[in-house]
Amino acid sequence: MMRFKIQRFCKHRKPINSVLIDYEIPQSDATLLEALTFVKIKTDQTLTFSSGCKSEVCGSCAVLVNGKEKLACGYKLQDGDVVEPLRYTEIIKDLVVDHSLAQKSLKRVISWQSKVSKKDDISIPEAKRVELQSDCILCASCFSSCPVLEVDSEFLGPFALTRNYRYVNDVRCEDEKEKIDAVQKKGIWDCTLCGECTLACPQGIDPKNDILMLRGRSMKYGYSDPNFAIDSDFGFNPSF
Amino acid sequence: MYDVLIIGAGGAALSAALSSKKEGVKVAVLCESYPTRAQTSMAQGGINASLGNAGKDSVSSHIEDTLKSSGEIGSKEMISKMCKDAPNRVKWLESIGMPYSRTDEGKIAQRKLGGASSDRACYAQDFTGLKILHTLYDQCLKEDIEFLNEKFLLEFVVQDNLIKGAICLDIRTTEVEFIKSKSVIVASGGFSALYYNFTTNTNQSTGDGIAAALRVGAKLSNMEFVQFHPTGLKKSGILISESARGAGGYLVNEKGERFTDELGPRDRVSRAIFSELESGGVYLDIRHLGEEFIDEHMPQERKLAITYEGIDPVYELIPISPVAHYSMGGIYVDENLMSLVKGLFAAGECSESGVHGANRLGGNSLLEILSFGRLAGENSAKFSKSYDYKDTDTKQQDSVKKFIQEIYEYENRENFYESREFLGELFYKKAGIIKEKKALKEALLEVEKMQENYTSMGLGDRSRVYNTNLIEFIKFKNTLTLGKALLVSAIKREESRGAHFRSDFPSIDENFNHRSFYDEV
Repeated sequence: MMRFKIQRFCKHRKPINSVLIDYEIPQSDATLLEALTFVKIKTDQTLTFSSGCKSEVCGSCAVLVNGKEKLACGYKLQDGDVVEPLRYTEIIKDLVVDHSLAQKSLKRVISWQSKVSKKDDISIPEAKRVELQSDCILCASCFSSCPVLEVDSEFLGPFALTRNYRYVNDVRCEDEKEKIDAVQKKGIWDCTLCGECTLACPQGIDPKNDILMLRGRSMKYGYSDPNFAIDSDFGFNPSF
Repeated sequence: MYDVLIIGAGGAALSAALSSKKEGVKVAVLCESYPTRAQTSMAQGGINASLGNAGKDSVSSHIEDTLKSSGEIGSKEMISKMCKDAPNRVKWLESIGMPYSRTDEGKIAQRKLGGASSDRACYAQDFTGLKILHTLYDQCLKEDIEFLNEKFLLEFVVQDNLIKGAICLDIRTTEVEFIKSKSVIVASGGFSALYYNFTTNTNQSTGDGIAAALRVGAKLSNMEFVQFHPTGLKKSGILISESARGAGGYLVNEKGERFTDELGPRDRVSRAIFSELESGGVYLDIRHLGEEFIDEHMPQERKLAITYEGIDPVYELIPISPVAHYSMGGIYVDENLMSLVKGLFAAGECSESGVHGANRLGGNSLLEILSFGRLAGENSAKFSKSYDYKDTDTKQQDSVKKFIQEIYEYENRENFYESREFLGELFYKKAGIIKEKKALKEALLEVEKMQENYTSMGLGDRSRVYNTNLIEFIKFKNTLTLGKALLVSAIKREESRGAHFRSDFPSIDENFNHRSFYDEV
């Protein structure tokens, strides 16, 4: 038997719309998704969550467990776990959050192959350059783990920047400059390089490193770290 | 008002969206969650095209293999159309950024899947479907395709056998909405979730588009043919890829003895396992391959077995059973991918266009969604251009609204989730890998009983905000509709062919050398 808690939310729930509720399931080796499904089927049909493939590729079921992002289908429930919805986006109901922001962020960073490519000889090392980044399942775990998004909802966020780099770094890319231009504002320089996104990614992707690589590419186009630029201005300011 | 409304957001839907948009018409994609959540993401093996990058191959071999696998009831014309188009589709994906695995010469890598005479499946590690889906999605963003997310299809609106649009439920608000469109493409997937707990599919694969099409006059075909994959994990049904056996894995019974040729066709291996399961467990044994080999070549399999079965295949046997994987049947469509309802098209697993017949060849499902998804998009766009749309009366919308209202008033005396589980096991045992008349008829009685009791099942959640209980309850109704279609079709086909095996008629019968139809509402 396992006991765990779920943060429930419904805007119509009275007297308060948010409440932490205890549940228990008879199994001891269930995934979190199996546990949530058990609760919905046997205990409380109002429990609301998203799920899909059950095998960690569709990105539907990311939630917080004890404050850390996990795919419910790939996480083994532990006694005493506390389950909450992802952060930094609107909670729709219980563990379901609004994921519509992803589409807007991805459009802002031009994350696609812009021109039809005629290149049909791509070597194994060239293909490897985008292999890991294209494993992304858009589960938004990295988004939820990002402290910059806590204070700035305009920040592009890890997965959008990783996907931008995925296309920038593709040998078929013919509009690198436009793509690099797109990540300057509220993008790569706003990241604090804390690495939380890298720890949160269930696919082992390293957005922090992708952001560093994008910074390197940006220098090639004359961009520099605006935070650093202010410092150096101070250093060379004759009136200082 | 749209020119083309696409139901679903998997590979077929996104291909259709891109090709119809190219025709300069107004397109929208209706999706019950978000675009990249579709089941296409789960496809691992590859996409077939006779590129010949890994040895000699030809379009005619691809056609021949597909036709043979179809149990001779596939349409040669449609199979040829798809196989000829295959190299173009694969290269088109490459031109828009698909990150394929490559050969040493820099060509698209290809590997062998069951039933193929050559190494024909192009792949991207074990993430072929995922990467195709995301590549298509990125192009949809580029082309500014309009997505109607978190909306669930309820009914198609049809007047005088002509499409008028679709009625859907906004999941966030539970509002019933009528979306007008001059043409509709159903691309909402198959119905193997019917075998609840005994399937590789998501629980959402309930064939909602197929059931809705049936209700407005489209015929269904080949509903008795469901493909079972030999090696699903025992507890969860999660797929352990064929590559484990390809690399030398054994299938053993409770006594540790091998009992079948592990690399035979899927239907034969599945039947051998199913028979063996009557006298005890069946296991996949890859221990002799060694830890180093397993970690190098099948790390995903090891991870899945540990997470979902609680065993480490380096040291232990993997308990497996064959599970429902793909529904060959669906909405019958003509050579233009149009159903019997004018302006209602279908593509992908929800359709029955004649390319799979009695058994689908591995690597042909990803091909079908790209090739026929694109074709459906073009054809529906053309259809919409010559369509002089006149408004319909509100009768259908009124009755759908009434239906939703009534559901909220049903008594909740029986838990439909328990019925869903019961149904899954019932179908697995009586209408699965091995079928026979008596068992099929017993299953049919159970389905009809559940249809009668539907109004006393009702909801446990009467909220009007994001009510997944409501959605699943409506999906359960569709499951019953299609379950009945499957059983009736399976009872009628008194022979064994491809994935349909009748123990009371174990041989192929020339009299059934054609597709079956179903149109009972």
